[in-house]
Amino acid sequence: MKVHIHVSLKPGVLDPQGRAIHHALEGLGFDGVNDVRAGRLIELDVADGVTDDALDEMCRKLLANMVIENYRIERMDQKETA
Amino acid sequence: MAFRAAVITFPGSNCDRDMAVAVEQASGTAPIRVWHGDAELPERLDFIALPGGFSYGDYLRSGAMAARSPIMRAVIAAAERGVPVLGVCNGFQVLTESGLLPGALMRNAAQNFICRTAALKVENNQTLFTRGYDAGQTIHIPIAHHDGNYFADEDTLDRLEGDGRVAFRYAEPCNGSRRDIAGILNRAGNVLGMMPHPERAMEAEQGGSDGRALFASIVEAALITA
Repeated sequence: MKVHIHVSLKPGVLDPQGRAIHHALEGLGFDGVNDVRAGRLIELDVADGVTDDALDEMCRKLLANMVIENYRIERMDQKETA
Repeated sequence: MAFRAAVITFPGSNCDRDMAVAVEQASGTAPIRVWHGDAELPERLDFIALPGGFSYGDYLRSGAMAARSPIMRAVIAAAERGVPVLGVCNGFQVLTESGLLPGALMRNAAQNFICRTAALKVENNQTLFTRGYDAGQTIHIPIAHHDGNYFADEDTLDRLEGDGRVAFRYAEPCNGSRRDIAGILNRAGNVLGMMPHPERAMEAEQGGSDGRALFASIVEAALITA
């Protein structure tokens, strides 16, 4: 089963990368972009028996740094059948 | 008794040899070189150093992979027993990722890699790492990093400051670090993480020798407790 882990900076944590992307978009002439926050998408392919708790633990122990980042777990196959 | 130190090398470490030379210069004894895949540290260590570099290519986050390597379980256990641990640059990132130090080191605020000599203020000279400096002394130590922007929430920063756990501060804003923090200690005072490279400031030929007092302090502390 495919699982997407979306890792993003917590609100209030300054995102220098997002700010640079924002400036670059403005430099290309795109108006109306209010803010840019850059994150990371991690794709996992896991056995069906891997529980939500296990995925949660993977995020907290390694995939996200809980000091500065939030994460969101999205099971892709469930989504397709829903 | 000879000073027993270990310098850990991760794949991608590149300041491990400089660190070993600095430790030997200060103590008169070459440190034991330890590989990241080792599960155990040598016994009866007086000091452990985590060097700078780009461990595991900075994959995922700087220091994230190294912090979960086999040897770090032994380093964490040694730190909890009170063995002095110094992490420089990538070593500091490994210490925050492993949970031995609070906070995180983010991309520099201006996105650029900064490589120059920085003026630092010694904020606390009552630590085993800094007793060779004067309180408030300004020292000059090279910095070379992309991810040195220290972040912690306001409560953590207040606690660090209140407990005297800010060891070094940049004399002027440098990389976006909260409160210009350059180096911090753990609660017990036996773990120091810092972005600047004291091992690169051991000889006048390197542009300055302000790093010597740090290594001398560590060696002296070991002699006192021996």
